[in-house]
Amino acid sequence: MRHFLTILGHEVRMLLVNPSTYIAAVLFLAVMGFVFTSLLNSFSSSVQESSPAFMFFQSYPIPVLFMVPLLTMRCLAEERRLGTIETLLTTPVSTTEVVLGKYSAAYLLYIALWGSTTGFFYLLHSFSDDNHLLDQGPLIGGYAFVAVSGLLFVAVGVFASALSRNQAVAGILSFALLFALLVGVQYLPQVAFLQGENFEGFRSIVEAARIDVHFRDFCRGIIDTRQIFFHLSGTALMLILSILSVEAKLLHS
Amino acid sequence: MNEPETPAIEVRNLVKSYAKVNAVNDVSFSVAKGEILGFLGPNGAGKSTTMRILTGYLAANSGSVHICGFSVATQSDQVKRLIGYMPENNPLPEDMRVSEYLYYRGRLKEMSRKQLGHRIDEALELCDLKRVRHRIIGKLSKGFRQRVGIAEAILAEPPVIIMDEPTIGLDPHQILIVRDLIARLRGRMTVIISSHILPEIEMSCDRVLIINSGRIVAQGTPSDLRREILGKSLYDLEVSGPMADLPAFLHGVDTSLSIDVAGDANREGFHAVRLTSSKDEDLGEALLSAFARQGSLRVRSLARAHPTLEDVFLAATRRSWDTVDKSGAAGEAPAAPSNGSNGAQKKAP
Repeated sequence: MRHFLTILGHEVRMLLVNPSTYIAAVLFLAVMGFVFTSLLNSFSSSVQESSPAFMFFQSYPIPVLFMVPLLTMRCLAEERRLGTIETLLTTPVSTTEVVLGKYSAAYLLYIALWGSTTGFFYLLHSFSDDNHLLDQGPLIGGYAFVAVSGLLFVAVGVFASALSRNQAVAGILSFALLFALLVGVQYLPQVAFLQGENFEGFRSIVEAARIDVHFRDFCRGIIDTRQIFFHLSGTALMLILSILSVEAKLLHS
Repeated sequence: MNEPETPAIEVRNLVKSYAKVNAVNDVSFSVAKGEILGFLGPNGAGKSTTMRILTGYLAANSGSVHICGFSVATQSDQVKRLIGYMPENNPLPEDMRVSEYLYYRGRLKEMSRKQLGHRIDEALELCDLKRVRHRIIGKLSKGFRQRVGIAEAILAEPPVIIMDEPTIGLDPHQILIVRDLIARLRGRMTVIISSHILPEIEMSCDRVLIINSGRIVAQGTPSDLRREILGKSLYDLEVSGPMADLPAFLHGVDTSLSIDVAGDANREGFHAVRLTSSKDEDLGEALLSAFARQGSLRVRSLARAHPTLEDVFLAATRRSWDTVDKSGAAGEAPAAPSNGSNGAQKKAP
């Protein structure tokens, strides 16, 4: 694992010198800022049922669906397109180290982007007299949810990038996979085909995999190990598939 | 860690096929320590595939490769520490500076930070890259990029260096630099280079291996190959006078001499004639003194033609295509009995 840190350092550096990172960051903050302003507007006009933090984090699918593909589509597809994967894998580096290094760099950036939204809450804290607006429970729960679910989302993006040498294809693929994970799973139990008695067990599995339910639990302060286990095992699965797909492309090239 | 007699690279009966096409078909060769081996072959001959297998990037279907005694298939970790590799087309990241790139690569090759700064300076100096060390690789010209690839390959001073077409896209001055560089590695490192530029290979390599359709069709030093494949000496002659007398005259000088090609007379009445002889020793002096003794034929120039490696290459690949066609006509020839490539040099037909 001694090369893991070298690759991680290199990837983080490359992300930091890359203008597209800053463009993505600015757009992310612009969108999230817009969401935050509009929810403050709704709070100022009428009394709301839930806290601002909950409502803010509720919009998490927007950045996940657009930012994660943008952040991850390059990582393995680009190496393969340029052919630098060949020079990379002919050094004493294992495929696992390469995939983990790139994954960790993308995850760190993802977390850093979300971390910068703490500024919104700081502003709310310093300009509003009403302290109960800043309910700490949903705030901490929301950030914990982002950190835990981000593991899985970024891993899905890395996996999509391992499948194709074309960045655009990797991006679309990762969008589609994330969409299926975030939205598809939510509607799957309602499919008529699955309403029969025989699918009882399957429906309960799908019910447990609903990320929107996980989100609500996290914000309510319920940190369920089953949900954490779901995200961690999903991450491990995605990363193992990425490693296998990088190696399979070598075997069958 | 090895006895001196362990060859740096040993390849035995290597086979690699892509979707039913045999890219490398039963190739065997070995390279001694400190030797520079040139890899020649037309496009699609299996040069790059062989090199990729040597580095452990691709897996072979059968056969074995040992680098300094380590098997590429089972001990690829050790092998990767022994190799400096520059792939075909020299892929480089676009958005890094030259020195940053070398630093990153050095770290991946397990060089210590302290050692690395010094080695980067040395590699940059060797490849004449000092001026561009802070430039971004994506904005460099082809020649510079090529040299960045070479600098990267020699950075960690590995005992074996494998370069796939290192001189492609370089101007003559830069080719000279690369040639000097390779000459400087001679004796210290084992080098395999593939190239289309034949004079390049001829000048810098101790031994040449010609590969076609996945098989080795000839190997040996450039001069051995020339003798073996072409099997004769050639002379270029410019002569004027009664051309009908020439064959008898040549026969009088040496029985082995014959006219290969005789051109028409040019404006001054001189014919360009190409003579062939199966003898290896130089017949130039005998020819000239014989011309001086007789009166009717006037000679303006005589030179012994040096067949280039190009001629050897064309002859060798043509020969191998003939055999491939023949075996194809005789029904699918099994791969095993063709042991002509087993280290021994093929005899000219």
